[in-house]
Amino acid sequence: MTHPQSVGIVTPQVARFTEPLSLRSGGTLPGFELVYETYGELNAARSNAVLVCHALSGSHHVAGLHADDPASVGWWDNLIGPGKPLDTRRFFVIGVNNLGGCYGSTGPRSINPATGRHWGADFPFITVEDWVAAQARLADHLGIERFAAVVGGSLGGMQAISWTLQYPDRIAHAVAVASAPKLTAQNIAFNEVARQAILTDPDFHGGHFYEHGVVPARGLKLARMLGHITYLSDDSMAEKFGRSYRHGKAVYSYDVEFEIESYLRYQGDKFASHFDANTYLLTTKALDYFDPAFEHGGNLAASLARSTADFLIMSFTTDWRFAPIRSREIVYALLHNRRNVSYAEIECAAGHDSFLLDDPHYHAVLRGYFDRIKL
Amino acid sequence: MNTSYRYDYEVITGWITPGEKVLDLGCGDGSLLKHLMETRQVQGYGVENDPDNLVTSLANGINVIQMDLEKGLAGFEDGFFDHVIMSLSLQAIHNTQGILTEMLRVGREAVVSFPNFGYWRHRQSILNGRMPVSESLPHQWFNTPNVRFFTIADFDALCEINGIAVRERLAFDEGKLMVDEPNFLASVAVYRLGRHN
Repeated sequence: MTHPQSVGIVTPQVARFTEPLSLRSGGTLPGFELVYETYGELNAARSNAVLVCHALSGSHHVAGLHADDPASVGWWDNLIGPGKPLDTRRFFVIGVNNLGGCYGSTGPRSINPATGRHWGADFPFITVEDWVAAQARLADHLGIERFAAVVGGSLGGMQAISWTLQYPDRIAHAVAVASAPKLTAQNIAFNEVARQAILTDPDFHGGHFYEHGVVPARGLKLARMLGHITYLSDDSMAEKFGRSYRHGKAVYSYDVEFEIESYLRYQGDKFASHFDANTYLLTTKALDYFDPAFEHGGNLAASLARSTADFLIMSFTTDWRFAPIRSREIVYALLHNRRNVSYAEIECAAGHDSFLLDDPHYHAVLRGYFDRIKL
Repeated sequence: MNTSYRYDYEVITGWITPGEKVLDLGCGDGSLLKHLMETRQVQGYGVENDPDNLVTSLANGINVIQMDLEKGLAGFEDGFFDHVIMSLSLQAIHNTQGILTEMLRVGREAVVSFPNFGYWRHRQSILNGRMPVSESLPHQWFNTPNVRFFTIADFDALCEINGIAVRERLAFDEGKLMVDEPNFLASVAVYRLGRHN
């Protein structure tokens, strides 16, 4: 049974690209595939397309359900659907699994045509700019010259920003939620600990674990546990878990005693059971490298001078991983360039994860913004 | 913020040259900026901290930035705007002198309107022993968002002390221009302010 505001059953599609893609890291992908989903209908003028970019662990499955799995609700289903803030009766919405991903698009788990083996650690480094270039190929494939909007949270917001720099004529609106113009040293530090957990796992085998029939599950689990701590706020963790003892009191053991331990272990195990370790490494590096101001001597305003899109920037008061001040940097740099920009700072207790929730004010702002987009 | 006092909009609009960069502090539902965009083609930005007003401003098609004005305008560049407007919000801000300084830092001129506490009906109310409640001061003492209560004469004195140039001042009683004795006869005043050179 699907909710009346759900897009219902959706089927992923695959787009194949045979033209080589030059990567920022210097490498070239001879060809690649992208897995994507679409919701709603592309209008006759082809002016109502909205691209949704995923963050670290997201996928092309943004809304609706897969027919074979009733639990497979898309990761941003609360936002996208008929009558929802990003209304599929009006917009043609596209979700895509990024290059280097592990949900079906070409990535480290794919077979390297040159060797006939899994790419593994030989998969080239991918940047946010490369993802956007690949997404532009998908837009060509779907006959979309210009997006009404490109939307993303966190790392997805970086892609939305990059779209306005790489293809200023192909994007009318950029919506960047809980994002940043670049990571701070502290943020890179968290990524580095996560990567070290994976790289030092004995089952990692230098990234070629596929051939050994194992996965570096311990490393992935630790990486995810660390990530989860940073996605929540102190307050939300206190409220959700507090100091609750599983056995009602201390039993002096290294097994799960506190509920927060149980939560983190569960999330870590769940993640390690399906996510690809090489994708995790590549994606955290893409996060670290993103810094459009770098080529402009660190001047963000100068780097954003290229973009002509209108912007909606949003942040959450308790998000310390992508703090409001980072979003404000983007706002002021856009102001400097006299761009149309709106900014909302949402009171929400859930930390960085807030962008995936349906806080009423948050969704009201998104709805208000999407509603005023002219098609 | 109260947007029912459209006559201060007309005065403000008259002070704006087409194509200006305008910042509207406490922009409420965004109707003033929308009006200025339509009639003066301004590049406008509103600042608003109330979530509901923010959503309404977005729906009105203006650029709106969520920010707490008590913290000043850090991040906005010096002299970036032609006019920085604060329509009927100054009385609701604690940091009165700070925000006036900031307005004249980021703007060439500031436009400020506020309810005149010295209006004769307000004085009468006080004489009768009750806090004034009127069209320009619509709240009760216990639920008013206003935190500063001042008169036209008070504001003139503040500008004097702070070296702020009063370039123009218009005062109204329910939409009617009051030329004589504005501190007694006007319920709302609108100022155009600048820096002394």
